[in-house]
Amino acid sequence: MTHTDTATVTTDLFSKFDPLIEQRRALLSTGLTDPFNLVMEKVLSPTRAICNGRETILLGTYNYMGMTFDPDVVAAGKQALDDFGSGTTGSRVLNGTYAGHRAVEDALREFYGMDHAMVFSTGYQANLGIISTMAGKGDYIVLDIDSHASIWDGCKMGDAEVVPFKHNDIDAMEKRLRRIPEGAGKLVILEGVYSMLGDIAPLKEMIAVAKAHGAMVLVDEAHSMGFIGPNGRGVAEDLGVLDDVDFVIGTFSKSVGTVGGFCVSNHPKFEILRLVCRPYVFTASLPPSVVHTAATSIRKLMHAGDKRAHLWENSRTLHAGMRARGFKLGTETPQSAIIAVIMPDLERGAAMWEALLHEGLYVNLARPPATPAGMTLLRCSLCAEHSAEQVQTILGMFERAGKAVGII
Amino acid sequence: MDRAETSARIADLIAPFNKKGIAITDTITFAGDLEWDSLTVMDFVAAIEDDFDIIISMNQQAEIETYGQLVDAVTKLRG
Repeated sequence: MTHTDTATVTTDLFSKFDPLIEQRRALLSTGLTDPFNLVMEKVLSPTRAICNGRETILLGTYNYMGMTFDPDVVAAGKQALDDFGSGTTGSRVLNGTYAGHRAVEDALREFYGMDHAMVFSTGYQANLGIISTMAGKGDYIVLDIDSHASIWDGCKMGDAEVVPFKHNDIDAMEKRLRRIPEGAGKLVILEGVYSMLGDIAPLKEMIAVAKAHGAMVLVDEAHSMGFIGPNGRGVAEDLGVLDDVDFVIGTFSKSVGTVGGFCVSNHPKFEILRLVCRPYVFTASLPPSVVHTAATSIRKLMHAGDKRAHLWENSRTLHAGMRARGFKLGTETPQSAIIAVIMPDLERGAAMWEALLHEGLYVNLARPPATPAGMTLLRCSLCAEHSAEQVQTILGMFERAGKAVGII
Repeated sequence: MDRAETSARIADLIAPFNKKGIAITDTITFAGDLEWDSLTVMDFVAAIEDDFDIIISMNQQAEIETYGQLVDAVTKLRG
């Protein structure tokens, strides 16, 4: 028997992350605060927190309607902890459906005026589950290239043919739908508000084209729920086409103010998804406190017209004020509660982010691959609880920081 | 349309995207040799799709790394 020395080469599976590790090292070696590692030591209200010992205005949360400290919402959560305990320890289809899960699904059906509502443990899982389960082998998914990661991951997990089109390009979408083989199942996936630039989709035209080609339509209204549309049902409602949407995907982690995701639909066979949708079945259901806070919040959002009006006012004021100060923005007009400020590059974006933090303002630093076209953005998301005075304070902070960093 | 004709037409479509003037052969790769980022790939795929009136799904794109593989795929899709 001969002994052969085989030189074993071990490949470090982490090597693929080296470029990112190096980029982070270079950025942080300049002494910059890590923009992706901020800790909120204390949260004072939907719009104020203590960060690094300093009181900070929050302009980078998804707390659009400021429901996180609503007394009724908080009380419902506390009561549920007392009545139902801290968690369900089980799947929705086994021991994990409590009265609260039904109650929040009832609230959603009423909120949207739809027949069915299915609640997932996160918004990410809602997209992952619904998309991967509905569109299978031989089906076609036609989607906007700027779709959220959860949509892409849902596409990847299913076996459908995935066909992207240029962002908000109706003509490009139509061409792709036209080329799909006769008889194949078709799902068009759109978002009401695209969260990076805060722009909305031309849903009226796009949904009409999708329907003309016999496609089912799924619209992710995560960033519009509670705020956009006469009843806060989203961009599709605002544009008068909600009846033509087959599936609305949403989340509790934005306007609703807690965590969880959902799909609402009028499809007569919708309920079967509860048995075949793996991200729904093979995970624990939301804790009772979460579903009770969500149900209470959703019901209050049905009657939040004044808050919606004030949030629009905030969005218009911030957008106009930023433009007047010479910042480059993601949209020509204020279209949502998100105002994206375009930075020249990651270095100056990170410097500006830190300068704002020192001023006492928190915004989101967004960069590729989350952003389109390789952009670095300072994403400002407004809250209905930001006062008119706070918005003026924010504009002053941006002006000082922008001048200090040399962006304006 | 045979493979040679398809290849000639794709070569014409590649020109505006071939900023570095790389010589096009069957073995050149889009990510490596042409150094295209995902946005360029998207625009180029759209140009091919529109010109040949076909769909090259993301699933199919994942299998295409070289120019030759693209020509084969388009030739097949055109039937």
